[in-house]
Amino acid sequence: MGKVNLTLLLAAVAIVIIIAIALIFPLERLGQLYSLLLIFGGLVALLLRSIFAKEVDRRIIFLFIFVAVAAPLLFPITFSEKPTAVVKAVFDRVESLPPGSTVLLSFDFDPAMAPEVQPMANAISRHCLKKGHKVIFMSLWATGQALLTQSLTNTILPEFPEKQDGIDYVNIGYKAGNEGVLNVIVSNFEKMFPTDVNSVPLGEIEIFDDIRSCRDLDFIVSFGGGLPGSKEWVLFVGDPGGVDVAAGVAAVVAPQLYPYYPAQLVGILGGVKGAAEYEFSLKETYPDLKDMDTPGLKMMGPQTLAHIVIISFIVIGNIIYFRGRRKEKGQ
Amino acid sequence: MEVLFEHFRLWLAAFLTLGIFSFLYKDNPWYKLSEAIFVGISAGYWFVVLFWDNFYGKFWVGAGDYTFGWIGAKLSGGEVPSSSGIDLMLWVGAILGFLMLLRLIPKIGWLSRWPLAFIVGATAGLWLINYVASNVMVQVQATMVPLFSSTFGSGFDSSLGAIIGTIVIFVGTFSGLVYFFFSKAHTGAFGTTAKIGILFLMITFGASFGYTVMSRMSLLIGRIDYLLGDWLGMIK
Repeated sequence: MGKVNLTLLLAAVAIVIIIAIALIFPLERLGQLYSLLLIFGGLVALLLRSIFAKEVDRRIIFLFIFVAVAAPLLFPITFSEKPTAVVKAVFDRVESLPPGSTVLLSFDFDPAMAPEVQPMANAISRHCLKKGHKVIFMSLWATGQALLTQSLTNTILPEFPEKQDGIDYVNIGYKAGNEGVLNVIVSNFEKMFPTDVNSVPLGEIEIFDDIRSCRDLDFIVSFGGGLPGSKEWVLFVGDPGGVDVAAGVAAVVAPQLYPYYPAQLVGILGGVKGAAEYEFSLKETYPDLKDMDTPGLKMMGPQTLAHIVIISFIVIGNIIYFRGRRKEKGQ
Repeated sequence: MEVLFEHFRLWLAAFLTLGIFSFLYKDNPWYKLSEAIFVGISAGYWFVVLFWDNFYGKFWVGAGDYTFGWIGAKLSGGEVPSSSGIDLMLWVGAILGFLMLLRLIPKIGWLSRWPLAFIVGATAGLWLINYVASNVMVQVQATMVPLFSSTFGSGFDSSLGAIIGTIVIFVGTFSGLVYFFFSKAHTGAFGTTAKIGILFLMITFGASFGYTVMSRMSLLIGRIDYLLGDWLGMIK
């Protein structure tokens, strides 16, 4: 009876708190607040369960992760990003190149990596075109070509209607051969890419007037996370060709690239965090881009909340483990 | 019609996404169906891409069409096709590719080892020079830097942060290498250094794990954004 009364009392208190919050807080903030209450209230409840040595079903963890990701998407939570040195180095390099420099952007990723790599690819493409650089787009992944076309037609080119194909930018598309392609284009583009995606011979494209190989480029950014990817660009083009290379990669491979920074890589954009930092720098430097789409920054809300939930579960899991071990020792 | 197709696409993608997610509850036929469709479509997609890019785009356009045209012309006495832009070396790749398929015939399956040997040898040759130059020489050079100055012989001109960073790299590299040196028992000062090496390795694995979590979360965010935004229209 006492237990029922306590439950009722707790439920009544919870309802009173919810009503009080609804009256105090502005309507647009209510969604965020209730989501946070749900997540952190649930975590506290699970922490208490773990203290009393009760196990947590794995499906509860999945549910929490879902709520932690969905809530900030439905009720956006945004954070201010401070660009880290590795991201700032890439931004500064694009910024410091004189207008008219030739930059190669390689879209070496597939749909599985797109949520975290495409935002940074779009941001850097936007930055290069905004600065007046000539941009060569290409891909070493068959799936990257479709994503490159998607980025160009849906996001990048509608923002720069004055830019002309072949003069300000060119899409030379995908070529099979992985690092073999890089091994050739470091000394000759035309051998591997006789035409662009519109079947225009490279010799007739204005951008390629002064560009024979990768050695003639001012800067290369490889977006990816698999093989071939940024590492291959360093090994087969950056180092032998003496060209500056930067990497925009899925977070999972970013730690493998840190040994190349700063000697062999100008900078690294690691996952959504790297994309968010770049988008933030771009918006800060160019106020006229303040309304641009910033998927990287938007994703940092769910990322942060999901990380808090995962860290909480690691703590809860450890409590359950150590309590269980102590219990075993006691027996 | 276009709108109808767009709706069908949205619902189909949502159906398959939820099918994959349903595995989180438990294994079920919906998950198996989604998985099979994914595997089948991936295989089909890659077959088409490789056929048009490699077989047709490279071999057929570069050598195959010309060769068969030349043979046909010789047999029938017709006009021989132009050899401009033709690279008959592509036949070597085509023959090696064909040999690979002989694995399907057990009696002469051993011939499929030749193209494999070629692939392994060519890859090793291609990677060796670049790997040694970039992953050994430059990496060693980047690690062997002066502790207190920005360049050799420039005096004590490094910032405190740079000095600490260089010391961390030196200690981490040295102790990490000591940990992997198994010819001597990990006892005494040697053992302590190896333990410091383990510490550095653990921090590295931890950083990798953190990045992996971020990566996987990004994929989840992408799918939930699709479900709630594109499919259900709940995200403004």
